[in-house]
Amino acid sequence: MSFAKLAVSAIAMAAVSATAAAARDNVQVTGSSTVLPYSTIVAEAFGENFDFPTPVVEGGGSGAGRAKMCEGVGTNTVDIANSSSRITQKDLDTCAANGVTEVMEVRFGYDGIVFASDVNGPEFAFTPADIYNAVAGQVAVDGAIVPNTYTQWADFNPDMPAQDILVLSPGTKHGTREVFDERVIIAGCKATGAYDLFLATAEGDDDRAKSRAANGACTTLRTDGRNVDIDGDYTETLQRLENDKNAIGVFGLSFYQNNTDKLRVGTMGGIEPSTETIATGEYPVSRPLFFYVKVAHLDVIPGLQEYVDFFVSDDMAGPNGPLAQYGLVADPELAATQEMVANRTPMGPLN
Amino acid sequence: MTDLTSASIPAAHPAPRKSSLLTQSALVKKRNAAEARFKYYGIAAITISLSVLAIMLWTIFSDGLSAFKQATFTFPVTLDAERLDPKGNRDRAEMMKVTTIGYTSLLNEQLVGYLDARGISTEGVDDREIGAFISRDTPARLRNLVLDNPGILGQTIEFNGYATGRIDGYLKGRVTRDSAELDTNISVAQLDLADRMVDEGMLSASFNWGFLTNPDASDQRPEASGLGVALIGSAYMMLLVAIMVLPLGVAASIYLEEFAPKNRWTDLIEVNISNLAAVPSIVYGILGLAIFINFAKVPQSSPMVGALVLTLMTLPTIIIATRAAIRAVPPSIRDAALGVGASKMQTVFHHVLPLAAPGILTGTILGLASALGETAPLLLIGMVAFVANYPAGPLDGGMLDPATALPVQVYSWASRSDPAFIERSAGAIIVLLAFLVVMNIVAILLRRRFERRW
Repeated sequence: MSFAKLAVSAIAMAAVSATAAAARDNVQVTGSSTVLPYSTIVAEAFGENFDFPTPVVEGGGSGAGRAKMCEGVGTNTVDIANSSSRITQKDLDTCAANGVTEVMEVRFGYDGIVFASDVNGPEFAFTPADIYNAVAGQVAVDGAIVPNTYTQWADFNPDMPAQDILVLSPGTKHGTREVFDERVIIAGCKATGAYDLFLATAEGDDDRAKSRAANGACTTLRTDGRNVDIDGDYTETLQRLENDKNAIGVFGLSFYQNNTDKLRVGTMGGIEPSTETIATGEYPVSRPLFFYVKVAHLDVIPGLQEYVDFFVSDDMAGPNGPLAQYGLVADPELAATQEMVANRTPMGPLN
Repeated sequence: MTDLTSASIPAAHPAPRKSSLLTQSALVKKRNAAEARFKYYGIAAITISLSVLAIMLWTIFSDGLSAFKQATFTFPVTLDAERLDPKGNRDRAEMMKVTTIGYTSLLNEQLVGYLDARGISTEGVDDREIGAFISRDTPARLRNLVLDNPGILGQTIEFNGYATGRIDGYLKGRVTRDSAELDTNISVAQLDLADRMVDEGMLSASFNWGFLTNPDASDQRPEASGLGVALIGSAYMMLLVAIMVLPLGVAASIYLEEFAPKNRWTDLIEVNISNLAAVPSIVYGILGLAIFINFAKVPQSSPMVGALVLTLMTLPTIIIATRAAIRAVPPSIRDAALGVGASKMQTVFHHVLPLAAPGILTGTILGLASALGETAPLLLIGMVAFVANYPAGPLDGGMLDPATALPVQVYSWASRSDPAFIERSAGAIIVLLAFLVVMNIVAILLRRRFERRW
């Protein structure tokens, strides 16, 4: 066997494999790392109970997943994009430009976002205003905007422990950041009166532009090291928290429930986060979880329709299903979703 | 004698100090001190790197060795035919309608009943918490067993199952009573029950073959997850990389070393090869996504596309190593061959290549070892994924089935929320390190055995 023969056979092999774009028989899912655990739980149960192969599930982020889904139609593109935030018009435009005209939007539940500290540390009862005062770049003091110089939680709220401020916030790449900004920071900004002060000096042509500028000023966090953006996973946040016991970390509810021996959860506005309080809407910091299905693939990829049906079935996404046990807050309107999935109703334009 | 001479020298005025071998001048002292300091710097550098290595290995092994042990329990399960085959016709399609949820409740009831029958006290633990002892992967395995052998319905079989991650962690010391008090997923009463089950011989920890053979499992069943798919994926990729990179690399090096004219073009190629060897590996992932997946339509997540990307990545390294090995063959060998009338090609294939082979192999193995540990390019081609089905055999198109790789498995386990996955992740690092050490040892042995020096 000479090298020439080997080389020829190897190149031939590579060429054959490259041209043989084999018809895919497994479902391909990609997207949000928050949805990833739920998706793998369903994929695994699907593989066990049906005669279809187990779907392949990738993480990588909501935005990246939606972009991948919008690359086009065909067996070498993904079937489903998981997303922890709603699809944007920009994504839908890209989709349409690449021939992905019909997309099914499936909301399968809610995810809570919790603030937790070291299990041996003091108890924390937060309000959005406290978090805002701790992490914002500028705060309202006596009716004026001043740079944030608070060093301890007790500095602005005597009811809180005299502990150094260190908050591990989700990085800007995270879908979590959006809900963190919206439900906690901006809410706190309004509660402390800083929002009105920002609005009074905001520049802009109309009210909308002004309020956008004020929101932008609210969500500009301090950069003196007391707020740290974590771009990695919750495991990284947990690691940082274990190294610095003063830190307050931002986690998903399911992550906290798996690590209650290391973390102590703080209440928000007096409400302890749990699947119940999030389902009733008492606990304010939560967001819907979605996945987006290419309708054009439903009849092409074997098992895709069955996987989607199985995902939203009561056995999986219902209040007693394995997803709820893992920390998902079941969607009260699941029955409507099941019907929508069965009818393959594509999503309408974003409102 | 010395006294005499020194005494006899007139000391009229103090002469300028001459250097002596016996007494050190200030300058010599300074130089010697600098040398001694330099030696200490070197020793310090080595000590620091060795201690960092030791700390790293210690953390990995202390976290990861327990992944090779697994708590399992054994108890008799009566397979109630009426529940598992309600129609009673033993038809596979009919029996598949009983899902793993049905099997879960059957197993839970059987375990509760067996504990009761054995007289093991279940004080403070309700039936649901007893059910939580059984790994969620067990019902699926029982279901497959029944579907494959419908004949065992109605019988009582001894069934082995994994214990859940927390119980497993308790037997291995990861979960303690202190942590269980704070943990909402396990109670101290459950740990007490686990102790009683161990005493009765129902529950025990043993070597975990499943860690090397099982496929990946979801976040709810860390105990059932294993490296099976990742090992197959890595093996396929290394095989394909070796098949593709060796002929390409050797052909390119022979041409450049022996046949190519020395001109501006070959200089340009040479500079480019050296530059390519330094390109960050993620760039090859982007290239692979564009060329192999989007253009050539190779299925994503498959070992084939991973191997193609890794081949591109290792090719420059292998060309550089191979060229060095060919260059190390002395010109006298070539001259002698050419002198007795061999053609250029005969010279290369009969003399130069066999003599350079050990060097080429060593370079290739080291190149493969670096490819084995590579994660970044695989991120973009869909191999960092949850894959629960084994790829098919290499001749049945398994190279095109979805698979993961060892370093990828380390990465994806490290980001999961259940603490049991941290242990698995460290265990996977141990397996990866073992492979790398074996490959490096093979490379060293090949070099020792066949290397010739002139």
